[in-house]
Amino acid sequence: MYQEQDVLQEDLVEKFHPFTEILSFFRKTLVITELEVRKLKHDPTELFTRAIQPALWMLVFGEVFSRVRAIPTGKFGYLDFMAPGILAQSVLFVAIFYGIGIIWERDLGIVHKFLASPVPRAALVTGKALSAGIRAISQGIIIYLLALVLGVHISFAPLSILGIILVIIISAALFSTLSLIIACIVKTRERFMGIGQVITMPLFFASNAIYPVAIMPDWLKVIAHINPLTYQVDALRALMLIGGTSMYGIPFDITALLGSLFILIAIAAKVYPNVAK
Amino acid sequence: MNKPILEVKNLTRKFGDFTAVNSISFAIQKGEVFGIVGPNGAGKTTTIKILTTLLPPTSGEAFTGGYNVVKQPSKVRRIIGYVPQLLSADGSLSGYENLLMFAKLYDIPRKEREKRIKDSIHFMGLDDSADKLVKSYSGGMIRRLEIAQSVLHRPKILFLDEPTIGLDPVARETVWEYVSAISEQGTTVLMTTHYLEEADAMCSRIAIMIRGSIAAIDTPENLKLSVGDKNTTLNKVFEAYIGKSIDSEEGGNYKDVSRTRRTARRLG
Repeated sequence: MYQEQDVLQEDLVEKFHPFTEILSFFRKTLVITELEVRKLKHDPTELFTRAIQPALWMLVFGEVFSRVRAIPTGKFGYLDFMAPGILAQSVLFVAIFYGIGIIWERDLGIVHKFLASPVPRAALVTGKALSAGIRAISQGIIIYLLALVLGVHISFAPLSILGIILVIIISAALFSTLSLIIACIVKTRERFMGIGQVITMPLFFASNAIYPVAIMPDWLKVIAHINPLTYQVDALRALMLIGGTSMYGIPFDITALLGSLFILIAIAAKVYPNVAK
Repeated sequence: MNKPILEVKNLTRKFGDFTAVNSISFAIQKGEVFGIVGPNGAGKTTTIKILTTLLPPTSGEAFTGGYNVVKQPSKVRRIIGYVPQLLSADGSLSGYENLLMFAKLYDIPRKEREKRIKDSIHFMGLDDSADKLVKSYSGGMIRRLEIAQSVLHRPKILFLDEPTIGLDPVARETVWEYVSAISEQGTTVLMTTHYLEEADAMCSRIAIMIRGSIAAIDTPENLKLSVGDKNTTLNKVFEAYIGKSIDSEEGGNYKDVSRTRRTARRLG
């Protein structure tokens, strides 16, 4: 199998240019994403089972609360108000348990092989984060279908759709990287599930997903304002609904999300090698 | 003697109070098949993890392919292939996809990629199952695929951690044949094992490792002579070095045992 004794890998050791390094980083990131997407293609059942929870929130919680009119949602009906919140929530739920896969791969030995390869750690982490983004888009499609059936006033302007896709990918990448960091620190499934449960609900309730920040007590407002989910919901609400407006401005929302994402990826690239130790 | 392709000097690794690797030194020449044998918990896997840049040493130095594993890890990673003890092929991908993804990650040029993958599938005797999910493979097939994956980029040094653990005797011998073929093509191999007949059959030199230290290091023939009988088995040599009280030495801790059994079950 070694007909041509090539010195390819050695050549690559010698070559080092910042530009080719950056190009190579993006290429490797996309290969890791491709790998995850191929796995999903072989077994997409997960995508469908994940649709059940948001459906329950929309059909049960949403329908009931739109009847009691307890929450001041301005010019929108409660279902309109809540649909982008539930989209954000289901993105969060898909992404926040993503780290369990890392623990699984660690127990098998797959992680060890990747870490002994020349792929930059940050590319391994970013590739996984992007693939979480792609998974989350399927959630977006499901919520759009549900929302259509329930008569939510959805905007189908091409720019809005593009914006929604972008926000979904960035936020799923953000929360899945947070999840990966937790997995790299706790290293066992049991502890990971415990922490995952503990942080999910506070993230969700300390945000503007199902009620506006304005009605919160002051201490909760502070938390809501450092919670990335708030900015995700704010951007989604502006983009998804006809006549939707943003509280903080879409550019600010996206900057806040991207900023958090970069910080988390830097941390994740640092702690990721710990899983092989 | 030429400059060794792999060199370890006073290498030590501690986990808290426990010293997993205790000031070991050895050197491997190009083209060797070097075996580290020893009971569970002897420090074999820890040594491999340091040499493959997965774990930093507590003290001492290690050079893999001439590169310092602590200071030049990315250069080391380019020239090594690594098959971990645990199961490392991805069960939710096909055999072909497992190879394709690694070919891409190792920058094998597009025009050469397909040919190399095809050749290695053929070499490892996986032609009929290349497009099936690895979940459906037998233990021996998985190991062959993992080895194919680890040499796709033509590494200078191949690390095999317990390559035949949990395999039946037939599958084990097949793995031996493939590793020998890879070695004949010029790749240096460092493997760990606790099957002594395996070390005897494959290795040009063997280090016997006990409780983090190297008790002896030589060719299989010389090791046998050192206990006074060239016709003896390596088992006897091993017993002579390790002492007869196998009970107190062997087994590792609860974690080792559960991990080994789990690997064995997955592969078997």
